Order: sequence, then C-alpha cells, then structure tokens
Amino acid sequence: MKDTASVQKPARKPLRDTCVTIAHGGGGKAMRDLIESVFTDVFQPDAMEDQARLTSEALATPGARLAMTTDSFVVTPVEFPGGDIGKLAICGTVNDLAVGGASPLWLSAAFIIEEGTEIALLRRIVATMKAEADKAGVRIVTGDTKVVGRGSADQVFITTTGVGVIPPGRDLRAEHIRPGDVAIVNGVLGDHGACILAARGDMALSSALVSDCAGLGHLMQAVLAAAPNARAARDCTRGGLASSLNEMAEASGLAIEIEEEALPLRDEVRGTCEILGLDPLYLANEGRLVVFVPEAEAEVTLAAMRALPEGEGACIVGRAREGRPGQVTMRTLYGGARIVDMLVGEQLPRIC
Amino acid sequence: MRYVQEFRDPTTAKVLLAEIARVADQIGATPEKPVHIMEICGGHTHAIFRYGLDRLTHPGIEFIHGPGCPVCVLPMARVDECVELAQQPGVIFCTFGDAMRVPGTKKSLMQAKADGCDIRMVYSPLDALELARRNPNREVIFFGLGFETTTPSTALTIQQAAREGLTNFTVFCNHITVPPPIKALLDDPHMVLDGFVGPGHVSMVIGIHPYDFIARDYGKPIVVAGFEPLDLLQSVLMVLIQIRDGRAEVENQYSRIVPEHGNPVSIAAIEDVYEKRPSFAWRGLGEIDESGLQIQAKYAAFDAEAKFGIGYGAEVAREVEEPDGCACSQVMTGRIKPIACPQFGQCCTPEMPLGALMVSSEGACAAYYQYGGGRPLEAAE
Repeated sequence: MKDTASVQKPARKPLRDTCVTIAHGGGGKAMRDLIESVFTDVFQPDAMEDQARLTSEALATPGARLAMTTDSFVVTPVEFPGGDIGKLAICGTVNDLAVGGASPLWLSAAFIIEEGTEIALLRRIVATMKAEADKAGVRIVTGDTKVVGRGSADQVFITTTGVGVIPPGRDLRAEHIRPGDVAIVNGVLGDHGACILAARGDMALSSALVSDCAGLGHLMQAVLAAAPNARAARDCTRGGLASSLNEMAEASGLAIEIEEEALPLRDEVRGTCEILGLDPLYLANEGRLVVFVPEAEAEVTLAAMRALPEGEGACIVGRAREGRPGQVTMRTLYGGARIVDMLVGEQLPRIC
Repeated sequence: MRYVQEFRDPTTAKVLLAEIARVADQIGATPEKPVHIMEICGGHTHAIFRYGLDRLTHPGIEFIHGPGCPVCVLPMARVDECVELAQQPGVIFCTFGDAMRVPGTKKSLMQAKADGCDIRMVYSPLDALELARRNPNREVIFFGLGFETTTPSTALTIQQAAREGLTNFTVFCNHITVPPPIKALLDDPHMVLDGFVGPGHVSMVIGIHPYDFIARDYGKPIVVAGFEPLDLLQSVLMVLIQIRDGRAEVENQYSRIVPEHGNPVSIAAIEDVYEKRPSFAWRGLGEIDESGLQIQAKYAAFDAEAKFGIGYGAEVAREVEEPDGCACSQVMTGRIKPIACPQFGQCCTPEMPLGALMVSSEGACAAYYQYGGGRPLEAAE
C-alpha cells in the first residue's frame, strides 16, 4: 500500500472558466477541474476517495457517543452583510452539534450549483467555509457537487453534515429542565433575519445591520465548563427564540415565561419589525443560542459567556416554571401576559 | 427607538390604567354590565392582544373587534378571481404579503404560486410598476387592497403608469373605505356599542371629520387613536370620559400624525383616480352601499376589471357561499367572541384557516389564537 502523501498528482491546468456550465457536472475533466481547483485545494481532505476515513482519540473513551446532524442552506442573497451562505453552512451545522453538547469534529459539504453561477463567487464561499471551519476546529473531510440547469436552483445550495463527539456523562436535553431554571441567550436577537430582509433590497430599507452568523462551539464549551449542571440548549435559527422556547417547553413538559423587558433587541431590528409588522421573537438568528441552567449557576454562566465575543451580550430572558405544559408566555412591559406561540408558516408583512 | 419607546413607557401605562379603572367605576361598568368599545382597526386589535391590554384594563371594559382588517373582509369570490387572473398566461400577479394565505374556494394565492403561477409579494404598488417596466412582454396586475391607508399609494401608482404610458400594468381594485361599514354596524339592531376607538392611519389620510356622523347622528363618542400601547390606553380613557360626561364627540388622540383635515395630496389623488361603487360586498357584512372604490373611466386602461372582465367588471357577479360552520360574520359584527365559534382552534387555525379572521395577524381570531386572548393564562405571580 502506498503512502498517500507521497503520491505525485499529475500537473493540472488552471481553471479558466468564469462561470459554471452544465459541463462542470458531467463527470469528466471539467468536473474534476472544478472540484479540485475550487473545492479540494482549499478544503484539503486527506485523500480523494469517495469516503472519509476517520479516527479520533475522543471516540476511544468508554461512554463517549457520536453525534451527527445535517442541514441544508438556501439563502437570498447568498452574500450579505456579516457573512455568506458558506459561513451559514459551517456555523449552522457546528452549532447544531455544539448545543447538543458535542465537540464538532468533521463535516461533509455538498453543493448544488446553478448553471451560470460565477466561479469567483464559489471561491469566495469556499474561502469563508474554510476560515469558519478552522475557527471552529472542524475539518471538511468529504463532499459532493452537482450542477443543475438555470432556474433549477438559486446560485448555490449547500448541505453540510456534521459529526462530533459527546464526552461520557454529558447529556443535554430539554427533559432535564426543572422549574426555576433560567433561560440565557448570548446576545441581541433578530439581527440575521432583519439583515437578510434589508439585504434583499426589495423594501428600500437601508440599515447598518450585520448578520449575527457565528460558530458557537467555543461558547458552548465555556458554558458547559462554567455550569456543570446546564440542562439543555438550542440554537435559535429559523423561527427565532420563540420557536426554540416552544420546542423546549413541549419537550420538558413545563411552562416557560419570558420577560419582554429583558429581551435584547437593537433599535434597528425593532424599527424594521415595526415598519413591516413582524415580531422580533420570530426573526431568524444564526449565531444565537438559548441555554437553561439552574439558577445557582446563572451568574457564572453569564460571566463565562460574556468573556467571549460571541457571548458579549449574554443575558437572562426568562425561566421555566410549573404551569400548563408546553406553554410559553411573555410578561409584557405592563405586567400583562400573552402567549408566545409557534410561528405558523412564515411571517408575512402586513398591509398597513 | 425614538418616537416609539416613549409610547410604551410602563410607568405612564400604570397611571393610565388606574385612571381608566377610576372612570370605569364612575360609569358603573362591571363584567356583567360592561362598556362596549369597538376598536375599528385591525392594527389596534393586534396591538391590544400583543401587549396584553385586554387583561390589564378594568374588567368592566369589553373590546369589540371591528371590521378594519382589509384581508378579513375580503369575500372569497375576490380571492378566486385573483387566482384566475394569476393563472392567465404571461401574467405576473403582485400582492401584499398577508393576502397570500387567504383561502379561496379552491385555493389561496400561496397555493396558486406553488402550482406555478407567477405571484410576487410586493411591499408597495410601485414595486409592481417597476416589474411592469422591466417586463414589457408580461402583463403585470397589482391586487389593490386595503382601506384609505393604501388607496393613495395605488392611486399615485396609477397616475404614474398613465404618465409613462405603460400598456402592461393594471390594478385589480378592491379598495374599500372605513366610514360606510361603521354606519352599517350602527344601523344593526343587534349592535350594542358605547363608543369607538378610531383608526389612526386611515385618519392620517382622510382627517377626522368623516366620522362626524357617529357622534352627531348616533350619539356615540369616537377617539382617533395611535397604535402604541399608551396611545390605545389614552384613547380608551378619552372614550370613557366622554361617556361619563354624557358627551359624544370626535376627538383626536393621534394628533402627532393625524391632521384634522387629512392629507390634501392623498385626497386629491384618491379623487382623481377612483369613484365610489354603488355597493361592495364585505365578507361577513354583506353588500354595503358606497363602501368600495372603482377606477374612473379615464384610467380604464389600468383597470383589471375593465381589461379582463372580472370582478365588478364581469357580466354576472360571482357569488360564493361561505364555508359551512364559519362564524366569521358573527364575530365581525361583535355578536360572539372568537372563542365562542365552534370552529375556533378546531377546524379553523392559522395553519388551516376556515375563515378570514384567522388569516391575517390583524384578524380578531388570529390575535386571540396567537396571543391567547380569552383563554386562561397560568401566569406566574
């Protein structure tokens, strides 16, 4: 058996195309050139086999468990203030692993590319993916590309699958939440959703908003180190904080009450929501999580989160309590209360 | 956020709530014998539940939710006609977002879009006009929907289209006006209303005098109100004080936005482009005289009714039965609360709305459903 590192690759001509064509999906030389020039030269997988072959010492510990998650990413526009679809694809999957208590290790990345997409755009996306993966300490070990005809996709869709390891004894799940536990978020809510709305440009809203898109692996490790009895965490992506809390209330069989006064929101996000008749509780985030910890561990958790840039704005937003199982309520600024329900379909801007 | 947070100040809210309670007691309002106040506008309905004001005000005050949600009062036949227009080859059909989910007899616009119709959600009729400019070979139809808040922007868009001489842009005009349905409600013998909270943004356009008949002819107080919690609380208080003092007047709480005589530019555009229809069908309320607007003959080239022979432009008016068991009409007239409807939360939910009041976030049923209005809340004390 040959040592792969010693294999000399045949010399390859530089990729001269500026746009992806159907030829790049044909399985021939054009496809190989695209994959190597744009993807594998950057991601640097161990070998060009159809599978990644993985080992990790973390797995050798008795009681350690594998965690696996997958997510597909579609966003218009693919590049937006604060990130691009590649950053979303890495952070989204890393965060899904992290909030489950896993240390993210490996990712796969599959690309569905629309004919006509600029290769320069793909290179930019791949570069952000590599940078985010390095930051999160994960490796992109395998992948795939498909090219589809114009109109069958919107520039590029990405699917990432992530594998991580959960150390023995760690078991984060919403069923562990107890009455009195506090809910902590790591920063202002809704920046990503509001930023994407503004970036689509069809509302003539200009704003300085930047997506909150960020990997939360290190933050979650800091939380778990500070709060050994942390119960459960969720990343608040589509559907926003409201949807995450509803899922957790349902799974825990408890009620959750949040305080309107405590919700961290930027003025720009409030303003966007006011104009369009949207509720910031349902706006998407890509770098926000909510974690439940026992009250006794709340202060140390906040301190640990605030020590990291992605947790700078950490604050308590509410708590779990006995009550109607699965019900999320909000105490309004006036001491009134209302239900915070799951979102139905998508939020649609109001007429007036 | 300036000019918003000031109107959400909790300390001031507590003062207003205490004052509301005091005046309500002076009137002798009790849960058994409540004061009935109708908030006409769906935006107000939404705000009342979003901020939990219904649970905070004196128990002797009962809010009746008015017909001021344009999506909710849209007859199903209109939705069917929208779908038909959208299905025509070459058509780009443009609509405001919250009309997308309203059920027609066969499908909603959302479903029609999924079936392949080119339906675009726009935020302004000018966006539709831009689509018409960029797609000269396509027929762009804008679904003109809403009260006096949106009629001026549609009118200005039609004027602009006429100036540019566009031949591929029309408006399917379903614009309606606020005062006629209020009159219809007041003429309804079942109606027991003591006062009104008037629509702020509509009044920004038409001013406060179109409501004079409410005070003069029907002896009911009306206070034109803003949309922030303090606006609403102050307006409720102003209505109560009028009732206590035996007055019936048109008052303007929202004077920072609403000029007494409205916006002359908007009014001029409305008068230039539209004329009153003899009558218009409202979902739940039936035909109401002079309550709808149609495009004047001089702008017929931009009138989808004239161009496609649809809606009131059709030879035979389309009539559609309301779905079985739908009690929207009773809720709309304040005869029953949303939760008293047997379909509420059962066959009719925001996911699968049976009636229009469950569709828009401004609809009374959707507000009850989303924010738990009328349902027990086990809030922590």
